[in-house]
Amino acid sequence: MTAPVGALRGRFGAAILRDRVSCGDTIVYVPAARAHEVLAWLRDEPGQRFDYLTDITAVEYRDAERPLEVVWQLRSLARRADLRVKAELDKGEALEVDSVWDLWKGADWLEREVYDMFGVTFRGHPDLPLRGHFSRAEQTRQALAANPEAHYSLAELSIAEAYDELPEDMKNRLRLGERGEVR
Amino acid sequence: MSTRTVEVGLSTPGLDPGGNPTKVPLGVKLPGYLPPSDGLGEHMLINIGPQHPATHGVLRLVIELDGETVVRVVPHIGYLHSGFEKLGEYRHYNQLVPLTDRTDYLSPMANNVCLALAAEKLMGITITERCQVLRVIACEISRIISHLVWLGTTGIDLGAFTPFLWCFYQRERLYNLQESWTGARLTTSLTRVGGLMADVPDGFEEGLRDFCRTFPRTLDEVDAMFTRNAIWCGRTQGVGVISGPDAVNYSLSGPMLRASGVDYDVRKDRPYLGYETYDFDVPVGEHGDIYDRYRVRLEEMYQSARILDQALDRLGLLRGAPINIADPRVVLPPKHRAMSDMEAMIFHFKQVMEGVKAPVGEAYLGIENPKGELGYYLVSDGTAKPVRWRIRPPSFLNLACLPKLCEGVLLSDVIAINASVDIVMGEIDR
Repeated sequence: MTAPVGALRGRFGAAILRDRVSCGDTIVYVPAARAHEVLAWLRDEPGQRFDYLTDITAVEYRDAERPLEVVWQLRSLARRADLRVKAELDKGEALEVDSVWDLWKGADWLEREVYDMFGVTFRGHPDLPLRGHFSRAEQTRQALAANPEAHYSLAELSIAEAYDELPEDMKNRLRLGERGEVR
Repeated sequence: MSTRTVEVGLSTPGLDPGGNPTKVPLGVKLPGYLPPSDGLGEHMLINIGPQHPATHGVLRLVIELDGETVVRVVPHIGYLHSGFEKLGEYRHYNQLVPLTDRTDYLSPMANNVCLALAAEKLMGITITERCQVLRVIACEISRIISHLVWLGTTGIDLGAFTPFLWCFYQRERLYNLQESWTGARLTTSLTRVGGLMADVPDGFEEGLRDFCRTFPRTLDEVDAMFTRNAIWCGRTQGVGVISGPDAVNYSLSGPMLRASGVDYDVRKDRPYLGYETYDFDVPVGEHGDIYDRYRVRLEEMYQSARILDQALDRLGLLRGAPINIADPRVVLPPKHRAMSDMEAMIFHFKQVMEGVKAPVGEAYLGIENPKGELGYYLVSDGTAKPVRWRIRPPSFLNLACLPKLCEGVLLSDVIAINASVDIVMGEIDR
């Protein structure tokens, strides 16, 4: 049992589910509900000072029964130590965990990426799931809902001669467009 | 001759008898319809990119302006998403190497090295001494190439064209060396698990030695042009400032972190490839502005040339030493043996068909790439393909703090700040 693990067990007891060392990296498993608490303690406790958030990611195993893991890779710049904290999320339940954006601003895009790639929601993240006015998804929605044909006459579209061969939905859009209707 | 078959009224944009426009702009409903307020009031919204040379790749910046002052910047990324991480789950470890070329395409050899190191950490492999030295050379060549591109293009962004040509002339010399070694200027795919694709060719050492001797002169010239230049100082000093504690909190790395006065370099603090045995200095800034980032990167190039010189000395002592480990389960046998020796052929077949198996476990390995800490996190379930290959991209995290850096600056400074971050979209979007 390495130093941070001992301290964590002393402080959090049964909330440290298990720990192991793989390829020299120390890994600690915590319940998803208490992950934020543990991470905050690791950041602020004088003996730990994991002040640098190296990475947040998630791991989905090939075994479909196995839970999804959210991974926080931490580093203490002063002590030159690394620690990996993991929380398992059961796929049968909501994939949710507290955001650590309030602890490390660097978590902003990292958590967004995990949300985009794995569908894990980070409660308290300032910019999830969308960016409202600026969001790419919102702009895509608007672009798809728009009717570009409304801007052009058939002559301008240079397809007047081929009108009969057009697909039905496009004919319909053109008819709407000619009346200036926009869906 | 074709005949018109449609009797739909053909019209040009204009007003109908009721005075309503016959052709309406996107998203407007008729009649008497007012477009919804964008909520910006007097503010103005500006899009830069994704196809804009000053954004250094397919980055889109949505900028809200009050006059010429930036209220906020919202970077949009993802235009170059290639799914490398997912693709990696269907590839053998050695087959990941070509994918790493294409992430940070300004320092492909350093990416190759990082992947090989991560896979070797996962498999518990210790590489040969000559391989270590050659990988150090690969990393430092990449650092100089990447910083030269950064210096040249940032100069252009701020209106200085000449240093760009000097930088690219020097970069070309390195690219020629890189090409003679790996056969490619960009898609190098230099490393393999347990070694390298090839040893350096004849004439490489002399060429690199000559480069190390003459190249600092170009840096001196750039230094003379920029460092005390009134325009350069005016555009960069005190612009895009981030404090040391903030830089740590935003997970910045590399020159971005060190320019803010945080003395952290993976080569010194978590040494790999025997970096602790090389004699070099890590430049650290003070103000965390664009100017300090420039000074840090400039000095890093001098230091890289120093490291290259020392590595070449060691390479001379290790002439003829093997570059690959002696484990036939990991390293492919030479072609002539695979074609003539039964056992070598079996190993060759097993490796090509099944790949190199890694034990169950996981490993994170970070190296000091030109842009910051590049980390590869590999999770293995005991097969020859990783369950998860996570790339911790330095420019992704460096770019994420752009909105913070751009608070309250002028529009033209956004270009300078964005340039100073030194991003590569291939790596950010992956």
